[in-house]
Amino acid sequence: MSAATTEDLGYSKSEIMIAASSRGLAGAKNCFVGVGLPNIVCNLAQRTVARDLQLVYESGVFGARPERLPLSIGDPTLATGATAITSMFELFAFYLQAGLIDVAFLGGAQIDRFGNLNTTVIGSYDAPKVRLPGSGGACEIAIHARRILVIMRQAQRSFVNELDFRTSPGHSGDPAHDAARGWHGSGPTSVVTDLGTYGFDAATGEMTLLTMHPGVTIDDVRANTGWDPKLATDLGETPVPSAEELRLIREELDPGGVYTK
Amino acid sequence: MSSKQTTMRDAVADLVRDGDTVAIEGFTHLICFAAGHEIIRQRKRDLTLARMTPDVIYDQMVAGGVARTLIFSWLGNPGVGSLHAIRRRIEDHDPAPLEIEEYSHFGMVCRYVAGASNLPFFPIRSYYESDIPTVNPKIVPMRSPYDAGDEVYVVPPLRPDVTIVHAQRADPSGDAQIWGLLGCQKEAAFAADRVIVVCEEVVEESVIRRDPNRTVIPGVVVDAVVEEPFACHPSFTQGYYDRDNAFYLEWDRIARDPETLETWLKEWVYDLGSHADYVEKWGAAHWDALRPGEALSGEVDYGRYA
Repeated sequence: MSAATTEDLGYSKSEIMIAASSRGLAGAKNCFVGVGLPNIVCNLAQRTVARDLQLVYESGVFGARPERLPLSIGDPTLATGATAITSMFELFAFYLQAGLIDVAFLGGAQIDRFGNLNTTVIGSYDAPKVRLPGSGGACEIAIHARRILVIMRQAQRSFVNELDFRTSPGHSGDPAHDAARGWHGSGPTSVVTDLGTYGFDAATGEMTLLTMHPGVTIDDVRANTGWDPKLATDLGETPVPSAEELRLIREELDPGGVYTK
Repeated sequence: MSSKQTTMRDAVADLVRDGDTVAIEGFTHLICFAAGHEIIRQRKRDLTLARMTPDVIYDQMVAGGVARTLIFSWLGNPGVGSLHAIRRRIEDHDPAPLEIEEYSHFGMVCRYVAGASNLPFFPIRSYYESDIPTVNPKIVPMRSPYDAGDEVYVVPPLRPDVTIVHAQRADPSGDAQIWGLLGCQKEAAFAADRVIVVCEEVVEESVIRRDPNRTVIPGVVVDAVVEEPFACHPSFTQGYYDRDNAFYLEWDRIARDPETLETWLKEWVYDLGSHADYVEKWGAAHWDALRPGEALSGEVDYGRYA
């Protein structure tokens, strides 16, 4: 990182990631949520840019109204007061596979330049260096959610030129192939990291740096990317979190600073 | 109906056999740790353990040496990180290798659906352009017989020898009512050859009949009913006790070190005679702290049509 520390800027790395991600949910309706940062992102969006957002959890909850920050996607606070609780079959078949989910959050140990994700192993499958959790619902979420938002920290070991294992498909690198897939999902549309925000090039499906967070340099980005990153021609600076966004994060969504310090 | 009520010790002794495929289901909610502990205590061996999310319960059971094979779709400590005992078996073959068979969540759910519905396979739209089918040959692409351009993947039925589920309440013949997160317990129970229902409270049949929409598993598929309060700790029972998130975090520390884990198993499983001893050992203050506030559902009128 460059000289500017997050303390100087009045917000943490997590807070600018949360604020930037939540703006990507403007107008969204039905959102598949994960735990940790995505949970805070979605709750922030519901209070700011996406008032009608329905929080959907793969544990079978549609329209959650959590009264506390859940540690897991199966927290009891997600059940109490929800619009509906379904069996997991119904959630995956009728809601996800049938195409009702607008947007979903995914992350992973590794991502490649086309937004393919690895959550299965580091090293070889049969003799893994690190055994990761595996797919969970990620493989089908990547295929069926209309768009995928990725939020993860950026480093050489996570932004890799070649995945050790492709758990969840992103773009193939051949947009004609992608258009002919016939999936509900259009793949990842945005990646937010602790360094910047990315979109995906319409012509090539390649991850493209759109903005860098204040204080981050292009050398920081290159040093933490396993390929030569593609840059937007109008590369800009990520807007800083607003006072209201910071107030909501600190006072309402994560008052203990579990995920945001 | 005759009573199937028994003790956890007898239910596990009678219905769980060495070499069985065992599914203790419950997605974060209603995970019957008490049954897992009894299986460890009775030193069952060579089990194939199936669960969508092996969770801390299968980390404990794998550490206890009961498992030969693991079938799963998400292998982690939810909200915390890794399951260290299982990782040691997979990464280092320490103390022995563990066979694994993995799916996605939807694939696992549909394996139970196929098992419960007496189908030879179940088609889903998943696994496209994923490496998962390359490491699990049971996940197979298939063309639609009605549209040659439409390809799905099929997964095989999963028919556990024994499924163990936990419910808020059940009557003595096994009619079980569940509320909150439903997971795939209904599917896993109907798919199984033998079913153990564990519950917080055994109630009169009339309590069940007052609210039939809430009956998730009917006694007709149930072999044994066990009343075992707090049986899901550190998982939770909606409306009865909260998830013990502090223990899930603590397990990360315990399981990182094999000796610490072995000491924990001795103190909290092997040296205790039953789950009642476990409940007593935690102490009343622990359970008081996990008790939720009240959020009643209100009532509906089914109507009387005499």
